[in-house]
Amino acid sequence: MTMHTLSVLVENKPGVLARVSGLFSRRGFNIDSLAVGETENPDVSRITIVVNAESSPLEQVTKQLNKLVNVLKIVELDPQVSVARELLLVKVRADRNARGQVLETVALFRARVVDVAPDTLTIEATGTPDKLDALLRDLEPFGIKEMVQSGTVAIGRGSRSITAGPALRAA
Amino acid sequence: MTRPTPETLAHSVRRARPATEPAGDPEHAPAPRPGATPAAPAVTSRGTDARTATERQPTPAQVSGAGSLVRSLEALGVDVVFGIPGGAILPAYDPLYDSTVRHILVRHEQGAGHAATGYAQATGKVGVCMATSGPGATNLVTPIADAYMDSVPLVAITGQVARPSIGTDAFQEADIQGITLPITKHNFLVQTAEEIPQVLAEAFHLAATGRPGPVLVDIPKDVLQAPTTFSWPPTLDLPGYRPTLHPHGKQIREAARLMSTARRPVLYVGGGVLKAGATDGLRKLAELTGIPVVTTLMALGAFPDSHRQHLGMPGMHGTVAAVYGLQKADLIVALGARFDDRVTGRLDSFAPDAAVVHADIDPAEIGKNRHADVPIVGDARHVIDELIAAVTAERSARPAADLGDWWTQLDDLRQRYPLGYEEPADGTLSPQYVIKRLGEIAGPDTVYVAGVGQHQMWASQFISYEKPYTWLNSGGLGTMGYAVPAAMGAKVGKPETTVWAVDGDGCFQMTNQELATCALEGIPIKVAVINNGNLGMVRQWQTLFYGERYSNTELGTHKHRIPDFVKLAEALGCVGLRCENAADVDKTIEAAMAINDAPVVIDFVVGKDAMVWPMVAAGTSNDEIMFARGVRPAFDEDEL
Repeated sequence: MTMHTLSVLVENKPGVLARVSGLFSRRGFNIDSLAVGETENPDVSRITIVVNAESSPLEQVTKQLNKLVNVLKIVELDPQVSVARELLLVKVRADRNARGQVLETVALFRARVVDVAPDTLTIEATGTPDKLDALLRDLEPFGIKEMVQSGTVAIGRGSRSITAGPALRAA
Repeated sequence: MTRPTPETLAHSVRRARPATEPAGDPEHAPAPRPGATPAAPAVTSRGTDARTATERQPTPAQVSGAGSLVRSLEALGVDVVFGIPGGAILPAYDPLYDSTVRHILVRHEQGAGHAATGYAQATGKVGVCMATSGPGATNLVTPIADAYMDSVPLVAITGQVARPSIGTDAFQEADIQGITLPITKHNFLVQTAEEIPQVLAEAFHLAATGRPGPVLVDIPKDVLQAPTTFSWPPTLDLPGYRPTLHPHGKQIREAARLMSTARRPVLYVGGGVLKAGATDGLRKLAELTGIPVVTTLMALGAFPDSHRQHLGMPGMHGTVAAVYGLQKADLIVALGARFDDRVTGRLDSFAPDAAVVHADIDPAEIGKNRHADVPIVGDARHVIDELIAAVTAERSARPAADLGDWWTQLDDLRQRYPLGYEEPADGTLSPQYVIKRLGEIAGPDTVYVAGVGQHQMWASQFISYEKPYTWLNSGGLGTMGYAVPAAMGAKVGKPETTVWAVDGDGCFQMTNQELATCALEGIPIKVAVINNGNLGMVRQWQTLFYGERYSNTELGTHKHRIPDFVKLAEALGCVGLRCENAADVDKTIEAAMAINDAPVVIDFVVGKDAMVWPMVAAGTSNDEIMFARGVRPAFDEDEL
């Protein structure tokens, strides 16, 4: 099984996310991560879906997604020529003795401290899933009290861009 | 025998009444401003109403949301809606009372849904059903799922609780939009009264175009009551919906090349050919190429059964020639078909040597079950027309492969393994004989509507379908109870045509209440109940695969005559007839054919041990087809 990153442009309407996510579970696909937000065009939302699938059933899901009336466009992003990022917020145990070491790790990963309490630090980091995994591995020994992660968002490199295209403008 | 007078009074009386206040909700709509033009439908259905004269509305009319809904239906050319009123949809029924749209009051929402499906399948137009919120809407779930599986253009309109109550578990609240998400082509929850015309126009467009399918429109009660303006036509806003109708020329040429070089080709024709209205083209293409044709359960009638090139139906209960033809083919040209498991049998052993040309309007069907060597996305009519041109060009360039050997093998199979049945040893009436005679007496112009089970398979096998749209059934979902309401809908759509429902005693007991609708609304359908006293197909599987342990398949319609179908028919305002032996079959059918002013039900009391053959057992390979119990056809494998 390989990871695939799909960028799905959809009409910004209520219930669209349920249509998209429902389709995945219905057809027996596991979504690894999902992130959704508005695009440069407020009528269009962009859903980034990371899915673990063989390429042939993935093609089937892409075709099924394309059948959803609110779906405007689907592009699979090639990891070689795209930028993918996740956001991580993690609350780490860091008393007087450990604080220095934790801050060193934060600096090493170019993460940021966003909240300080007497015995914990809350750290914000963005990066590829691999980088965030490495950061977490380094923070683990100090004691992770709580963490939250966003889904992956991804964008293609270069000047070409993915837009809803003429179909939406013509409508 | 009682013969009730059909009462179509409700509707005709209403129509005869002089039109006073035009469509609108007097309780909630604001009073028309002085000098305002009376509201009128922009495009009327074919009705002969007095109001038909009023043409397009120059200024938007003041109406309620409900008025806007009914006006939209009129503008869309809807002539009939099947439904039942209730709390949340009630505002819509007030303007409907004065409308040119005929509303047929059914007895159960499931009946409304299947009736709309039967109407759509018989006429090719969009079928419309209507129900209230909560249980009314959930009762539509089965027919919506049925229409989804069989790609039937259907619009279901449901009332919803008022917007402020949504999500509060209000009385008769159900999230029908959420419930029908996986079984509709698309669905809408209308948010404002202003958007009603646009949503309705979009719903009809989505239902009828591309790969047809059901669309649900859920309208909250306060939206139906809100004052709004109606103007027509609205602008459709469906930027993500662009069905591909015209196939790619390169793919067509490649398909034509294969069709000319293949030595064992088969045209595998599905329901898409009927939906696209491509049956004339199909015949041309078949005759031009000389390629054998198989028609699936959904495509019966797309190619004449009596045509020399027709091998019959493929699949679990298909003919030996059709199953073998696909299995041994070196080229399968699939036209509007979807390689359903009931056709392919065990997929990994299906047609192992065949290259596949797969043409479908839905790209998601191509390669879903079977890899397509030549994928063609397009409407079957365009695909077939372009194939005819490409094949003609191909053949003028070089001679096509000779199909003589292929036909010799197929003809030999047809001759050795024709469709047939054995007379029951216990002297009971043979169900196959009844169905065969029904087809012969009622003829090829009749529309036959089947339920699901043994009788459905026999009706597919022993009635000869010569014309398109004469065979309606529930293929994909396999909905028992489909026949009576679907026949009702078909008869409403084609009132001049004889409509026979071929039903089982199990199926019939699921939806026969719609016979009351038929009797009162003047819809004289005919029903042949193939009554074997059992859930016949399930019993057949118990006989074959469960050691003849008949767990919960006996219905008691023989042993106890509960219910007595003749009395039941009479109670529902129909003529009830019974036939228990072969000698009476013809005259009973003829008696039913002579009655045109009331629905007729014939209780054909048939033997319970008859089985459907041939059969490919579920999950086995098509190579394992059984011609009869314990009889495997002898294929001369060396010939290939």
